[in-house]
Amino acid sequence: MPLAQTSTIVPVVIDDALCIADKGCTVCVDVCPLDVLRIVEGPDGSPVTAHMKYDECWYCMPCEADCPTGAVTVNLPFLLK
Amino acid sequence: MDEILDGTTQIDCDILIIGGGTAGPMAALKAKRKNPKANVILLDKANVKRSGAISMGMDGLNNSVIPGYATPEQYTKEITIANDGIVDQKAVYRYAEECYGIIQELDEFGIRFQKDQNGEYDVKKVHHIGTYVLPMPNGDTVKKALYRQLRKARINIINRYMATRLLTGEGRIAGAICVNTRTAEFLVVRAKAVVMSLGAAGRLGLPASGYLYGTYENASNSGEGYSMAYHAGAGLANLECFQINPLIKDYNGPACAYVAGPLGGYTSNAQGERFIECDYWSGQMMQEFYDELQGGKGPVYLKLNHLAEETVAEIERVLHIVERPTRGHFHRGRNTDYRKDMIEMHISEIGFCSGHSASGVFVDERARTTIDGLYAAGDMANVPHNYMLGAFTNGAFAGLDAVDFIKDVDFADFDMGDVDAERTRVLAPTKRDDGIPPNQIEYKTRRFVNDYLQPPKVTAKMELAQRRFEEVRHDMETEMYVRDSHELMRSLEASAIMDCADMAAAASLYRTESRWGLYHNRVEYERDDENWFCHTILTKGDDGKPAHAKKAVDDYIVEIDEDEKDAYNNQRVTSTVAAE
Ligand SMILES: Cc1cc2nc3c(=O)[nH]c(=O)nc-3n(C[C@H](O)[C@H](O)[C@H](O)COP(=O)(O)OP(=O)(O)OC[C@H]3O[C@@H](n4cnc5c(N)ncnc54)[C@H](O)[C@@H]3O)c2cc1C
Repeated sequence: MPLAQTSTIVPVVIDDALCIADKGCTVCVDVCPLDVLRIVEGPDGSPVTAHMKYDECWYCMPCEADCPTGAVTVNLPFLLK
Repeated sequence: MDEILDGTTQIDCDILIIGGGTAGPMAALKAKRKNPKANVILLDKANVKRSGAISMGMDGLNNSVIPGYATPEQYTKEITIANDGIVDQKAVYRYAEECYGIIQELDEFGIRFQKDQNGEYDVKKVHHIGTYVLPMPNGDTVKKALYRQLRKARINIINRYMATRLLTGEGRIAGAICVNTRTAEFLVVRAKAVVMSLGAAGRLGLPASGYLYGTYENASNSGEGYSMAYHAGAGLANLECFQINPLIKDYNGPACAYVAGPLGGYTSNAQGERFIECDYWSGQMMQEFYDELQGGKGPVYLKLNHLAEETVAEIERVLHIVERPTRGHFHRGRNTDYRKDMIEMHISEIGFCSGHSASGVFVDERARTTIDGLYAAGDMANVPHNYMLGAFTNGAFAGLDAVDFIKDVDFADFDMGDVDAERTRVLAPTKRDDGIPPNQIEYKTRRFVNDYLQPPKVTAKMELAQRRFEEVRHDMETEMYVRDSHELMRSLEASAIMDCADMAAAASLYRTESRWGLYHNRVEYERDDENWFCHTILTKGDDGKPAHAKKAVDDYIVEIDEDEKDAYNNQRVTSTVAAE
């Protein structure tokens, strides 16, 4: 009984050009109350950028408010926006 | 991150505080200050820096008792009436007496409260009778200020561990079992006293949007506090007194009539008419809201479009930076401008929460539960209409009393078999090769909660709910499947939500009367003071199912006159005044 790969549009968007996860920043991942953000790793395991891994958002904003470079935008989940 | 690792560590502390949102940090600070030698651990599923209902701040204290504006007697009376008489006044009175001291401490932490030209607190009237709402102009800083104090006091903070079960032994509390949400490793914490401050059961009903996390409450509060207290054998009070809130439709956040009300905003029907005299949240008020919709006069709105530009701008400033700041995004997306449009509201899904109603773990005026050494405070403890200041103040009571409790006790022995059994339960979904993901278990449970438990409550529907819950529970216990430790956290939440759903149905069936307006509107039964002027206490029965008992309401310390008793039942505006 395989699990499906249903796609979903996620509310938290990261501007890769501004994100400094590659310099070791994990602020947004650290503060999220629902723990839904993660750092994408390159082929060698080094950090590249943050992203929303789990579509489980309270649209509360600590990730956006605490990001040191303004790379994070919290949109409303499509189902309720 | 997120892979499933095998491991169990055991640590010891004097006082374990579970939940570092609002009540928890205050409990920790008070305990540590009273006994600096005590080893106090504050443990949270999220990161204490930004966790809980106040993660982005709050726009005001909803229930403050400030000398010159209100007395503890008045407040106790107001809450007794608002909660339809079922109140042990001692706890409410003690809160009312001591919350002013807590406000002053918060002030010292750097949290500003609104003052008038004379430097006096500028308290607003929102409740039906008295004046208790104190705005916080820099309310966005509340969590940060609190966190600074925790660091200064060197409180031992453990983030990203989710408590799943309490440990008891020798007839008292012994500690808690916790699971790392990013590695699935176990942490067994032995403690002489435990304070539970895990917040509301905010993911019980399903939001109308269908989005599991689109809740009023911080969605990390999924009811583990209630479930853990239940499994440990503690008593839970009046769970049938659901939390149901008047919210912005779809956004499902507070419309904030508390902010707008003192500035002239109000709740209106589709004609722009006021239909309730008072916007303070109560079951009776929600019943009026429901009746207005049933009477074809809906939708119900928050009305601000009659206010002056400066007033609207001020309301907007507060509502769009504090508490639920994405509210601004929401209105922009819908092209809703407070100046022109009324804001559509709806009746929320159900939850358990004493912060706003009265469904919680039973506690006395010292925040003691029915288990020795176990305390509860904040939204999950049954002091009615607690709100944020109640969480702080009762959290303080818990921390202070816990310090006294640990003086005379050592760690209670517990059965290691309990830890093994919990490991087996927790890890079961990791041992399967495929099955049902936690989000589908959760969705189905919560949809049935909506279908069958959302008031008005009907006996036959609630009995059907129990059958459906049993089926989903069976599926959960035999087929739930997770792929990583994050999903494992969600599976544990699904199981707590299931426990809460069972308790919500059982408690609602037990009280065969109507009370608390919409919160416990049982269509087949009238209000019945003769048989039901009492608390209901739910515990885990010997058969592993909810058991019930009545508990007398303590003698009032502040008498309520006959003609005052129904103040909250009479809040419909009699001759509707057209909007100016
Ligand atoms: C949107 C909103 C607006 C509000 N507005 C106001 C207002 O304007 N004025 C007012 O007075 N009150 C307001 N309230 C009410 C007030 O915020 C709450 O009553 C109060 O903050 C509750 O405090 P608490 O400590 O019980 O819960 P919280 O502060 O929510 O803390 C609960 C903590 O428990 C943690 N937790 C949950 N489960 C676990 C677990 N299994 N293991 C470990 N940790 C766990 C959570 O991560 C969280 O940190 C509002 C509430 C909400 C949700």
